[in-house]
Amino acid sequence: MTIADPTPNSFRNQPDENGHFGQFGGRYVAETLMPLVLDLERHYRLAKTDPAFQAQFDDLLEHYVGRPSPLYYAERLTEEVRKTAPEGKGAQIWFKRDELNHTGAHKINNCIGQILLAMRMGKTRIIAETGAGQHGVATATVCARFGLPCFIYMGAKDVERQQPNVFRMKLLGAEVIPVTSGANTLKDAMNEALRDWVANVHDTFYIIGTAAGPHPYPELVRDFQSVIGKEARAQMLSRTGRLPDMLVAAIGGGSNAIGLFHPFLDDKDVAMLGIEAAGHGLEKEHAASLAGGRPGILHGNKTYLLQDEDGQIAEAHSISAGLDYPGIGPEHSWLKEIGRVRYDSVTDVEALNAFQLLCRTEGIIPALEPAHAIAAVEREAKKMDRDQIILANLCGRGDKDIFTVAEALGTAI
Amino acid sequence: MTRLSAAFSKDHPALVTFITAGDGDTAANLDALVAGGADVIELGMPFTDPMADGPAIQEANIRSLGAGTTTADIFAIAAAFRARHPDTPLVLMGYANPMTIRGGEWFASECNKAGVDGVICVDIPPEEDAELGPLLRSAGIDLIRLATPTTDKARLPAVLDGASGFLYYVSVAGITGLQQAAQTSIDEAVARLKAYTDLPVAVGFGVRTPEQATNIARVADGVVVGSALVELVAQHGSNAAGTLQDYVASLKHAIVAARKA
Repeated sequence: MTIADPTPNSFRNQPDENGHFGQFGGRYVAETLMPLVLDLERHYRLAKTDPAFQAQFDDLLEHYVGRPSPLYYAERLTEEVRKTAPEGKGAQIWFKRDELNHTGAHKINNCIGQILLAMRMGKTRIIAETGAGQHGVATATVCARFGLPCFIYMGAKDVERQQPNVFRMKLLGAEVIPVTSGANTLKDAMNEALRDWVANVHDTFYIIGTAAGPHPYPELVRDFQSVIGKEARAQMLSRTGRLPDMLVAAIGGGSNAIGLFHPFLDDKDVAMLGIEAAGHGLEKEHAASLAGGRPGILHGNKTYLLQDEDGQIAEAHSISAGLDYPGIGPEHSWLKEIGRVRYDSVTDVEALNAFQLLCRTEGIIPALEPAHAIAAVEREAKKMDRDQIILANLCGRGDKDIFTVAEALGTAI
Repeated sequence: MTRLSAAFSKDHPALVTFITAGDGDTAANLDALVAGGADVIELGMPFTDPMADGPAIQEANIRSLGAGTTTADIFAIAAAFRARHPDTPLVLMGYANPMTIRGGEWFASECNKAGVDGVICVDIPPEEDAELGPLLRSAGIDLIRLATPTTDKARLPAVLDGASGFLYYVSVAGITGLQQAAQTSIDEAVARLKAYTDLPVAVGFGVRTPEQATNIARVADGVVVGSALVELVAQHGSNAAGTLQDYVASLKHAIVAARKA
């Protein structure tokens, strides 16, 4: 094993050649998949340096996804937060508006990149896992756009509670396969997708939805999602002439967060805060792998996991199906361990409150995932000076969540 | 000579049988496997997320964990087996997380104390060998590697480097207990593998019947049967031993007959 130290002045050159972020990451897959994973890495290296690949990616992001997404100063939310902040406190709150993307979330950025890679590798069949259905919808969307058959694995419990997204996927021509093994949720859907992949390695490409899984997935998902941070950095400089003081993003697997953070990692004055889902509270059921888990091996990578003392994986809980996963991308585990990014958590109740606050103050209905980030923004902005800037990634819109929110608020719709 | 190498040095190919620890009356079932003529025992360590397994073994894992099986229980089962059966090799098979969660050194030492002869870890490929391989080898435990239909010639040396005990050929690209490979593809693969290694080659995945066992035994050094046995445990619950023994005996008969025919 080679241990590649990052050069002391960069946090942006991970992973090492074997896909490790410090002790995290790696390629913990069955031998059947190993040759394919190595082949994927070879193709990705070539694509990454191929101007034609980059040009096609950029073109689709601009004309199909609708990028760049706006950078928005949330003036009324800023004023609202200042009302209860100490004298002179209450940072300016800005949002990166990735909820305005085609399909309503950041997920599509990654799906565009991966389907181009799949076609480059000559793969003719696409599989994916999905929890809330956002990644499933984004995958079904790009499969429709490029005419490839699409099979989405989704926990039977999630199929029940996310009917609108199930219908969207079907409209887009995908086959949704309900998974009835294990707890019938996202982690079981991922197990089942891996089982499909291992049986269909010759023609199938697995579009993983977050910055996790065996190397090179955490790296390539991060690279495709880094468009968020690259745009935000340039937009902030052009609008204000400076960089933000703090970045905030919600974390399930962590793809929207790593996409925002990565381009800023070497800007030493930019603080970063990743927000995990504390569910009913960290002492009860939650989905905060960094706060409540420890390092282990699952789904192809070593990372922080919710698990018992024997290494059996625990069930996660969050009101947000997109954060309801017992693991986290390995680069976040590394960034936590070296101290470059701070991680904290927000409960279901705090996220619901922030969800409503954003609706009322800015006329934006956020998804429950970024509602977690918004709750943290409220908390942090009050500790910061008024001339400081806090920037959060609004990674998805809330249309998909109105039924969940109505139920939580005791409203029948 | 280790127990494993002795098992592969008999005058017939080895019958390798798998059951999941903590599913049914494991001690009685293990005794039944031996009584039926199993030459090597694979004891499955249950895991919440058995990504390489088909429905039969997935459900066995759920039943076992549901009954409260711990890693300590599995080592106790192994140690008691070793006391009852001093000569039958016992291999633990499972996933990386339960094996490494207390550190590879701890796991290797527990294997050693319990009289475990070898370990098969589904999701630690040679690229991540440092996780477990060196620690097992220094504790005198064989690390049994898997070769698959996707393991090409260029990759095979990496798979064989550090492998010992035997080489497990996964005959189908897929999960346990579902499809079965065409016999011609098994014949070709075994011949190819044997050109590269002196390790015994055992063939598994999708092997269920005495007829299949006979055909594989004509070319390979071992035949691995798992899901078919696990299904018998599922059907017969805590009274599976008699049925298991009979089925294993029929497989053994088929394997011994294969080389005489």
